[in-house]
Amino acid sequence: MSEHFDRPASAHVPVLRLGDVLLVTLQGDLYDSAAQQLQEDIGATIATSGVTGVVIDISGMEIVDSFLGRVLAEIAAQSSLLAARTVVAGMRPAVAITLVELGLTLPGLRTALNTEAAMDLLARTGPGSGDGPFAAGHP
Amino acid sequence: MPTSAGVEACLPIRSDMDLVWVRQHVRQAASLLGFGLVEQTKLVTAASELARNTLVHGGGGRMDSARVTRNRAVGLQLAFCDEGPGIADLEQALSDGYTSGGGLGMGLGGARRLVHEFSLESTVGVGTTVTVVSWVSAPPRPREEF
Ligand SMILES: Nc1ncnc2c1ncn2[C@@H]1O[C@H](COP(=O)(O)OP(=O)(O)OP(=O)(O)O)[C@@H](O)[C@H]1O
Ligand SMILES: [Mg+2]
Repeated sequence: MSEHFDRPASAHVPVLRLGDVLLVTLQGDLYDSAAQQLQEDIGATIATSGVTGVVIDISGMEIVDSFLGRVLAEIAAQSSLLAARTVVAGMRPAVAITLVELGLTLPGLRTALNTEAAMDLLARTGPGSGDGPFAAGHP
Repeated sequence: MPTSAGVEACLPIRSDMDLVWVRQHVRQAASLLGFGLVEQTKLVTAASELARNTLVHGGGGRMDSARVTRNRAVGLQLAFCDEGPGIADLEQALSDGYTSGGGLGMGLGGARRLVHEFSLESTVGVGTTVTVVSWVSAPPRPREEF
């Protein structure tokens, strides 16, 4: 019984703001509804804060199925329309192997080996790098 | 040799919370039976796809989990059953990219690639059962060869 509660599922995922970047850490398991809520929260937060990057740390996720894969791809697409770039960080090797076999290679998704590398990537390549929290180009 | 304790189960699939229980059970059962990390990940992912189909397309149902053996090999069998609308064209449903809803259409074909054995039975108006088996280490050779 109790082992069910060792790795609780997330019903809500917090979105943290670090300067120009939103940092989202996914862990354990996730309700579908929480993944959808996260997508809305990220969109709303980008729109109000004008951040230019989103880092989604999935190193704590044991699996990524087609549902979560689609949510990640949609977050990236939606962020891009809101002038922010998304990097998915820390995918486990077993998850990557499984996604390829599943047929989900998510070509539009930028990835990094860990959160630090993702932050570096955004800082190095960002059009908004060096800008203040309210980057130019945002309405 | 591991027994079926902790592996045999019948879990309801009625909500996205139940999908979480299904994934956790499959992870635990696969680990108990001695599956390696990559195989566990594949099985849990396949189970997640199939359970979500049971929920979304089948209107809910259940998963039966069992330890199976063949020629001394040990495997995990998972059956996903619903009494939903059924599937009229199985070939079409299995093909990558086909979806009747807003999905990617990768679930069914992808799950088939992630397991060793896959069977899909469906009757329109009656329901759908998808049964999968994966074997610890390599899949055993078919019976006929022995
Ligand atoms: N249990 C089921 N009952 C009825 N129809 C089903 C069932 N499982 C699958 N189908 C049908 O097969 C199609 C393909 O399923 P598949 O899982 O590949 O894609 P999807 O669920 O539409 O999208 P995805 O899984 O990529 O989010 C579904 O769109 C649905 O029409
Ligand atoms: Mg599906």
